[in-house]
Amino acid sequence: MNAWANIKTIMKRELGGYFTSPIAYVFLIIFLLLTGFFTFTIGNFFERGEASLVSFFTWHPWLYLFLVPAVGMRLWSEERRLGTMELLLTMPVTTWQAIVGKFLASWVFLGLALTLTFPVWITVNWLGRPDNGVILAGYLGSLFLAGSYLAISCMTSALTRNQVISFILSVVICLFLILAGYTPVTDLLTRFASPVAVDIIAAFSVMTHFEGFQRGVIDLRDFLFFASVIGFALFTTGVIIRSQRAG
Amino acid sequence: MIKVENLCKSFGGKFAVNDVSFTVDKGEVLGFLGPNGSGKSTTMRIITGFYPPTSGRVSVGGFDITEKPIEAKRLMGYLPESAPGYADMTVHGFLGFTAELRGLSGGAKKSAIERVIETCFLQHVVYQTIDTLSKGYKHRTCLAQSLIHDPQVLIMDEPTDGLDPNQKHEVRALIRRMAPDKAIIFSTHILEEVEEACTRVIIIDRGRMVASGTPAELKARSPSGKLDEVFRAITLPDTVKAH
Repeated sequence: MNAWANIKTIMKRELGGYFTSPIAYVFLIIFLLLTGFFTFTIGNFFERGEASLVSFFTWHPWLYLFLVPAVGMRLWSEERRLGTMELLLTMPVTTWQAIVGKFLASWVFLGLALTLTFPVWITVNWLGRPDNGVILAGYLGSLFLAGSYLAISCMTSALTRNQVISFILSVVICLFLILAGYTPVTDLLTRFASPVAVDIIAAFSVMTHFEGFQRGVIDLRDFLFFASVIGFALFTTGVIIRSQRAG
Repeated sequence: MIKVENLCKSFGGKFAVNDVSFTVDKGEVLGFLGPNGSGKSTTMRIITGFYPPTSGRVSVGGFDITEKPIEAKRLMGYLPESAPGYADMTVHGFLGFTAELRGLSGGAKKSAIERVIETCFLQHVVYQTIDTLSKGYKHRTCLAQSLIHDPQVLIMDEPTDGLDPNQKHEVRALIRRMAPDKAIIFSTHILEEVEEACTRVIIIDRGRMVASGTPAELKARSPSGKLDEVFRAITLPDTVKAH
């Protein structure tokens, strides 16, 4: 009924909150500087001699590892610290509307940051003839990757009013999601465990599922993986928020 | 309008509210009295749907707060004890946000904001961010938020806390003015406030209701006819034990 109106109102406030404080600008500048540095300097964009954004997307799981929890850590911690959570949840809105509204606002913000990397796309198109379909899939995968990390940060920020704890917890969880499918780690695991077991562990990793997108393959299973990480983390956020009040 | 039946709330096995029952009708102003930590805020948080009750029932305007929370919350305005507000928002932006969550838009929203700015004397700080406000202004901004949809039920946790004497007087006058067509509950430590603004009083101590009646009835319990003596006589054992 008016669920969407409530979500939109909460989203608007949250997004506005990023831009009235320096957070948005600091984040955008650091994000763009770091993506540029990783793509061109560490990723050897020019030396590769190929018209693709592989050296751009490869770094996203690692870059997001620190930057996304920095965006998400305040989502609920701040509400609890300021006491506005009591205000928000005694309004005629449901807990899930508040959770989705706040999550979407931050996701839109991360999407904006990602959009602002368009000069990289222009550069590669100016220098050669890349497959823009593959690039688009890469961007889509990157957006879902960011969304998954963000949902996890949302969950950890509901746990505590301390933003530092919330940040560290979500970095650790996201790091696990990377390492479970990171090649050096899976290589190590194959020495101790059966290949089937290693595959199962790797299936929980964002690396495994982000890879497909980077190659331009939009597989329903990869999409479902990210969607279920987001869904699960947001659902858990709701459970945490409810149980805190139940006493 | 407000019906509370056998309300209990425990945190980790310890009862913060224990078997509290009362009703508040339209036109009534119920004063909540009690020492610090007696369960006043917890009771209000349950009525407003922030805490689910451990047992017992609360209904507002006929809607059960656990079964029909949205409908019940629509009827209520709530001023939490800490008078919270989003630090980075302006007073105007904050009131706009709460108005929208209350389902107001366009002209109705605009006039509602103007109305509460006037009632709560916020004209001078409309475009200041909340973190730059003094305690009194911050408090009144949150009070304004609770009045934005002209609610039928008003729950205020220490509405005069942190205000100067003139502001206290204004808030009490405001409560009296609104009383005829609303059901109001407010908590306070100030006994004169109860005499001045309430039609009925409940004293809560350690989660239990220990007295209830009109201010005059309670005063009659003491030979000197003073409310603070009644309050001390009822709630003193707790303070003595604490020492």
